[in-house]
Amino acid sequence: MTNEYRVTTQDAVRHSGFGFRHYSPLSFLMKCDMCDAEATVFLTQIVDGKMTQVNLCEKCSKDKGVTDPTGFQLADFLLGNTTHKKSKATSTEEDAQACPECGFTRAHLKKIGRMGCPECYHTFADDLENMLRAMHKGTRHIGKTPGKIVEARPVEKAPKAAPVPPAPKKVNLKKRLADLKAAIEQAVIEEQYEEAAKLRDEMREIEKKTV
Amino acid sequence: MRFTTLLKNPADWMQGHGPHSEIVMTSRIRLARNLRGWSFPGWSSEKQRVELMNEVRPVVADLPEMKDGFDEEYSNLTKTKKQVLVERHLVSREHAARSTGCAVVIDRKQTLAIMVNEEDHFRMQGIRAGLDLRTAYEWVNRVDTELESVLPYAYDPRLGYLTACPTNVGTGMRASVMLHLPALVLTEQIKQVMNAVTKIGLAVRGLYGEGTEALGNLFQVSNQHTLGETETELISRIEGVAEHIVAAENNAREKLLHESQIMLQDQVGRAYATLRFAHILNSKEALNHLSLLRLGADLDLVTECDRSLLDMLLLEIQPAHLQLAATRDLSPEERDARRAEITRHRLQSVPEPRNVSLDKADDSATTSDSDDE
Repeated sequence: MTNEYRVTTQDAVRHSGFGFRHYSPLSFLMKCDMCDAEATVFLTQIVDGKMTQVNLCEKCSKDKGVTDPTGFQLADFLLGNTTHKKSKATSTEEDAQACPECGFTRAHLKKIGRMGCPECYHTFADDLENMLRAMHKGTRHIGKTPGKIVEARPVEKAPKAAPVPPAPKKVNLKKRLADLKAAIEQAVIEEQYEEAAKLRDEMREIEKKTV
Repeated sequence: MRFTTLLKNPADWMQGHGPHSEIVMTSRIRLARNLRGWSFPGWSSEKQRVELMNEVRPVVADLPEMKDGFDEEYSNLTKTKKQVLVERHLVSREHAARSTGCAVVIDRKQTLAIMVNEEDHFRMQGIRAGLDLRTAYEWVNRVDTELESVLPYAYDPRLGYLTACPTNVGTGMRASVMLHLPALVLTEQIKQVMNAVTKIGLAVRGLYGEGTEALGNLFQVSNQHTLGETETELISRIEGVAEHIVAAENNAREKLLHESQIMLQDQVGRAYATLRFAHILNSKEALNHLSLLRLGADLDLVTECDRSLLDMLLLEIQPAHLQLAATRDLSPEERDARRAEITRHRLQSVPEPRNVSLDKADDSATTSDSDDE
């Protein structure tokens, strides 16, 4: 479960750039949820991929102590959210999981909603799925692809659909079937249904031939 | 290029005329890119950031597009100078708030800017006058492709370009148009229009980006999603929406001219009077009046008032521009006085708005009505 808080303000100084960068559409027309003054602080919470938002004016935000992007406990209090605290003890171990590349932990991710390094996308792949679904139109990139990838160090460990060895000519159809079956299962787990369907069709073709 | 040169020359987009440039001030494309094997700037040590900057800055500055450009690291820039860059839309507020390990490279025409160690290792921007996101994208895409061939970008076939914040992952692209919509505000249709815009997954914000107020009737419309759509799709969508908003603004202007001409003339006249004769002008007041003066100029109620004059003035009266001109920090009161002085001076050449007597106003209303028929 992802459970994180984001605070933004209209104040350039306090908006350090390290806090979560979220803006409220039409923020300039929004009123404080506590009183009727103009809202300048926007608090966004994502729980299980759903976004909820609280808008506060300068005064109310100070009263509640939510102007500091790190003051999330008070944000909890404000939202009457105590589940976060309860689950704290059990999730300590989970929260401590760190990216092998940069040491960034799941707790950091929950707190600031950002990654530590490119490798974190692999380390925290499970947490990411829900986040991406809430944020974007899709969960797969279909835009520009680099013409040529410059090698740095091998960090691309993220498993795509399980690699399927190229179909051998006629030999070893049995082995090929087993590979395909495994790949389909993997694709289903990863919710790559199109890929799974493609593999299934290939499997059927082979089955036809062998029968 | 030195800072003073950059300051003296108006950016290309301020002089250029793009499609719909009477309403669409700028089209901007921003790409977020990172390098493999390095922590993102927000999670890296100062030492790492400096190391990365030193490694990539020469590469960026060597790009053919950046020839004779402005190239400086932030530790050599004062707070005021960085703020000037923000006011010119060349760097972000967030980037300007940083110092050691950050740098910016800007091309001579101020159409391309590459920030090093913003929230991502690279934030590169193309900016163009009028509604023309495609051209802005072409510019920045070319630079991106050049950098891509020499630097190890963090790219994942499934997630696309990896960014510090998952909200930018995928294309890493933010396409935005800056719209001047005084008539939609005056006719109180703006909320409706903007609600419609947010409903289709686009974001609306003020003059200086996230969390800023919509001063001077200026609104930025940009994409929120970066994953699951191609760059071209995103750009077409925003251009399509922008065209609709432009049409709505034009309709609202027509409506004001025909149905509320006295009110319109009053607003423009008051704006002119305040800007021409005030001795104390705060930012908000100045921006809002300049917006109405621009509207008056667009509708020929004010003559000899060139749009680029207003664009330049809009920059000149921003806090950091004022302080840089004064070569010292100014208190808010001092700024308001200087802002008023510059404004009075710049608008000296602009004659007072067309005076229309009530009878004439009726006449002109009927004539223009009949023109339409």
